[in-house]
Amino acid sequence: MAAPAQTEEFGRSGRRVLRPRLRRTVAPIAEARGMTRTMLWAGIAITLFFILVAFLAPVISPYEFDQFRADGRRFAQLEAPSADHLMGTTVQSTDVLSRVIWGTRTELEVVLVSLLLSLSIGVPLGLISGYFGGRLDRVLVLLMDAMLAFPFLLLAIVIAFLLSGSIGRGILTAAVAITVAYIPLYFRVIRNHVISIKEESYVEAARALGARPFTVIRKYVFFNVIQNVPPLATLNAADAILLLAALGFLGYGIQPTEAAEWGYDIQRAVSDTASGIWWTGVFPGLAIVLLVTGLTLLGEGLNETINPVLRKRPKVKVELPTSIAEAETP
Amino acid sequence: MAAQGTSLRQYALTRLALVIPMVLILLTMVFLLMRVAPGDPITASLGGRVPQEVVDEIKHNLGYDKPIYVQYGNYLGDIARGDFGTTITDRREVTDIIRVNGAATLELTFFAMIVAIVVGVVVGLFAGRFRDSSMDVGGRLFGIVIYATPVFFLGLLAQLFFGSYLGWLPTSDRASPITQATLETHTNIFTIDALIARDRDAFVDVVRHLILPAVTLGLVTAGIFIRLIRVNVIRTMKDDYIEAARARGVSERSVVYHHAFRNALVPVITIIGLTMALLLGGAVLTETTFNWPGLGHTLIVYLQNRDYAAVQGIIVVFALVVVAVSVIIDFVNAYLDPRIRY
Repeated sequence: MAAPAQTEEFGRSGRRVLRPRLRRTVAPIAEARGMTRTMLWAGIAITLFFILVAFLAPVISPYEFDQFRADGRRFAQLEAPSADHLMGTTVQSTDVLSRVIWGTRTELEVVLVSLLLSLSIGVPLGLISGYFGGRLDRVLVLLMDAMLAFPFLLLAIVIAFLLSGSIGRGILTAAVAITVAYIPLYFRVIRNHVISIKEESYVEAARALGARPFTVIRKYVFFNVIQNVPPLATLNAADAILLLAALGFLGYGIQPTEAAEWGYDIQRAVSDTASGIWWTGVFPGLAIVLLVTGLTLLGEGLNETINPVLRKRPKVKVELPTSIAEAETP
Repeated sequence: MAAQGTSLRQYALTRLALVIPMVLILLTMVFLLMRVAPGDPITASLGGRVPQEVVDEIKHNLGYDKPIYVQYGNYLGDIARGDFGTTITDRREVTDIIRVNGAATLELTFFAMIVAIVVGVVVGLFAGRFRDSSMDVGGRLFGIVIYATPVFFLGLLAQLFFGSYLGWLPTSDRASPITQATLETHTNIFTIDALIARDRDAFVDVVRHLILPAVTLGLVTAGIFIRLIRVNVIRTMKDDYIEAARARGVSERSVVYHHAFRNALVPVITIIGLTMALLLGGAVLTETTFNWPGLGHTLIVYLQNRDYAAVQGIIVVFALVVVAVSVIIDFVNAYLDPRIRY
């Protein structure tokens, strides 16, 4: 029984290798039980919902994000939620529901760009620094530690502030400001993992066979290290949304004329609270809470299914084959 | 005993020596960040508002017309002497800002930290102890949702509910105008100042102003504590010495309270250190939401005025505080745990 399975595992044809590998990757997710399972699926559902909203924004949104009049008539200012405006209107007469829907798109776009940027810088740097060590490693670690020590909101504000002068305040500025805060995180996780994997015997064997450093990194180190990334990236995406909203709240996010952004909307709503107007701030706020909760559940769920320290397996009832059972009861 | 004493001192000295490159890197980072900005800072902050001669004079006075390496040297020298510069827009000493507005931030973060520790430790310990029970589900859900809530949104909800709906608590500033006018400020930490002055009304007024911002910031920070402490308890409960204590016949209650909880709480000190950076970031947002005149709020105001000198000075202070806290945390950890040595 064992022999064919082994040839399939180590076979040269790509497709044969892929299937067990895929099954091994997905298996923990399917095996997840109890709370972990609930968390994982709730996270997937919420995240998918927001992705869907972002894609369908032009179809489902009743108005444009900055539209304040329709049919030649200006919307009422600060109108309470009604049939015309399900979530009410803001002080600029824009429709809150439309702003929340279009905001989803902005939020996901920025987070996606910043994740891609920080992964494509942090991961290679971590791989190289961890694998080659030496002086470059020491300098990079010192630099990244210094960046990590800095309150990342402040770092992001300063970057956004500096960039706003030269490249404007669009999605790219916000994404870069967030990216700078996350590069050190990926760098550190990847580097530390590479250092421990470097000493494994299979890596040493590859080196002994004369594989070049980049071949070793690509074929043996990379796939082992990259497993840590999905939970971390999901949790970071959650964090990045909070950071973007914070930037928007402080007035260093996206230019209000370019796109709707939840943090900016909440900032505008703070002055409404004194007169008891709740709908301008509560709806964008709830959107943030829900999306971040979804991503966090997904990330934590993934972490618990992939991280063996936290993983809980279902208890399987052991049934002895009858022959053994009979042999044991004389 | 003697050998251990020496090694702790050695650890402390090595750790202190490592602070120097760290601080130097942070200071250099701030300097470079502020210099790569297009245009010169003086023109950016005063541009168009004053005649060119005045701009040139200020530039000369502040040394912005010197070569960049001279500026860098002066910048480091000034900081070493405890001079963080003077703001461009309102000619205020940054050290003065630290004394007045820094005290406001200190007061806010201190009380927020207390809220965070109390809520985080209690919920985290019990969620971890009764893993997968309804208490765990509730505790974790609370932890996740509170973590997912931006501090300024929680602040907005608090303002709506306790401020405008119930009308119980004030939603902005550190004290009412009367208190601000009458209270003598020695420390600029209003709760202490009111106690020194033995002014009961002022104390009540100050505390009422403090409640919403401190609880808001504290609750959001508690989310982190809940998560980390819960995982710690779960991990500790699996350890060998827990099993050993059970095998010795120690009651489950005693195992949990004396063995598991105590050891699960040791890393809390480290968590406090890790949260410090987050708390300072959160303070910027909380202060802006509640119009709390702290360091973060001041920073945002100067950013809006494009006052580079002020921004640079305040950012340097933040960086130094973060480094100082991390050193203190490491010392405390090394003192508590003899295994931590270089």
